[in-house]
Amino acid sequence: MRLRAIDWRGAVLPVGVLATAEIAARLTDYQSSSLPRPSEIVAAAATALLDGSMLHATAQTLLSALGGLAIGASLGLIFGTLMGLFVIFNRLMEVTVESLRPIPSVALIPIALLIFGLGYAMEITLIAKTSFWPVLLLTIAAVRGVKPRLLEVARLLRMGLIARVFKIVIPAALPGIFVGFRIAVGAALVVAVTVEIAANPLGLGYAMMRAQESLRPDLVFAYLFWVGLVGWLINAALLWFQRRIFGTVAFRARP
Amino acid sequence: MTPKRLLLLLLSVGVAAFIVGIWQLASNLHWVSPIFLPPPDRAWAALLFDIERGDLASRVLLTLEHMFYGWLLASLGGILIGSAVGISSTARAYLAPTLEFFRPLPASALFPVLIAFFGLTENMVLVVIGFGALWPTLLATINGFATVKPRLHEVARLMRLSRRQFILSIALPNAMPEILAGMRLSLTIALILSVTGEILSGSPGLGYWIMLQARAFRAPDLFAGVLLFGLIGYASVQIVSLLESWLLRWRA
Repeated sequence: MRLRAIDWRGAVLPVGVLATAEIAARLTDYQSSSLPRPSEIVAAAATALLDGSMLHATAQTLLSALGGLAIGASLGLIFGTLMGLFVIFNRLMEVTVESLRPIPSVALIPIALLIFGLGYAMEITLIAKTSFWPVLLLTIAAVRGVKPRLLEVARLLRMGLIARVFKIVIPAALPGIFVGFRIAVGAALVVAVTVEIAANPLGLGYAMMRAQESLRPDLVFAYLFWVGLVGWLINAALLWFQRRIFGTVAFRARP
Repeated sequence: MTPKRLLLLLLSVGVAAFIVGIWQLASNLHWVSPIFLPPPDRAWAALLFDIERGDLASRVLLTLEHMFYGWLLASLGGILIGSAVGISSTARAYLAPTLEFFRPLPASALFPVLIAFFGLTENMVLVVIGFGALWPTLLATINGFATVKPRLHEVARLMRLSRRQFILSIALPNAMPEILAGMRLSLTIALILSVTGEILSGSPGLGYWIMLQARAFRAPDLFAGVLLFGLIGYASVQIVSLLESWLLRWRA
């Protein structure tokens, strides 16, 4: 990707909308329970950041996301490696996988609620379920894409299954697996916020709902931008990491 | 299909049946409480009973309606904005940074914002679906426009095609495979957001219904509803895939 000079035209729309909203609200002395002034959003964001409530909510959301990811991605990695290595296992699981995959995670909220009640456990379970699939599918693809020559080397060296997996297959498939992991991270954040908005009294999603219910549109917007920023930062960090560790390989490994 | 492939497929059905069997056994022997994990036969009976009683079908239809209209909105929006950004570098310069900013936002985070504007209404849910399901189609359209071969650009210039003619007769057909693939992804997002929207807004769709079952500890009905969601997700993607291969039959 080539570097571009910053184009001022990109700023016209957001700056224009914000300025118009601010000026119009000030001129007409308009007070609304749905559309706050941009300056109020900034003030609300600053207050929430300084009193720690925003960071506290962020920590709760990220903790759930991390917990779910750890479980979901590990299971995805284990099953993906097995299903990629042993085509027969992949085929045997086909119907099970294809019938479970289309169930949307949010439709499982009531079941998780019934089993775990409100709290971290149900959120982490749902996030694990969501982040399992991309890691599983991309691991299968990446493991199957490992060059046969490498596997021949493993056979020549008389490596056992464990050594073969850890010394040859996973390192060779890692760029592809990481792409799956990156997708899983994005999905984990989305599901975390969604579960919090729909049911769970934790984290950023719940903070948004509470701000909405207490008629604080400025705070709702502040959280909205914050959620966007957090997601963007995490994705940017992972992309940077991916480029740095795997170079361009990872981008070619995309299925 | 080779006999070996068929055998493996049958075996894989067997594996799925085996898992369901274990689940049935686990519930029957009370390894897990049937309050949380009802045996599959009771979930199945609940499904049949609820369908027979008649209110389930209308709820499914309502959910399908939310999903479909939201998806339509997202697809139209994605193709329109994508065409604008794809054809004109001016539009790209003005719009692209704003779009880049909104793209990573979790769509569900818009619910609290839009509830303030629209209240807990169907329109609110539709707007969120339209926004959340927009991106795959939008990106596919932009990408499809960007991959028009230089030769086709030359052809368009030679034939003195107007911009509109270029879009309709060259760029959009070129982008078609990608747009359709994007719309298929959008559909899944639309289903997810319909469920979330229904849970939040208390709309009488299937999403709110399963939430009610959970609150009433009617696990068999709840699992029946989730099963229906799996079916909806599976069937809708299959239908769009079929449509896709039919629309793209000229490529083969």
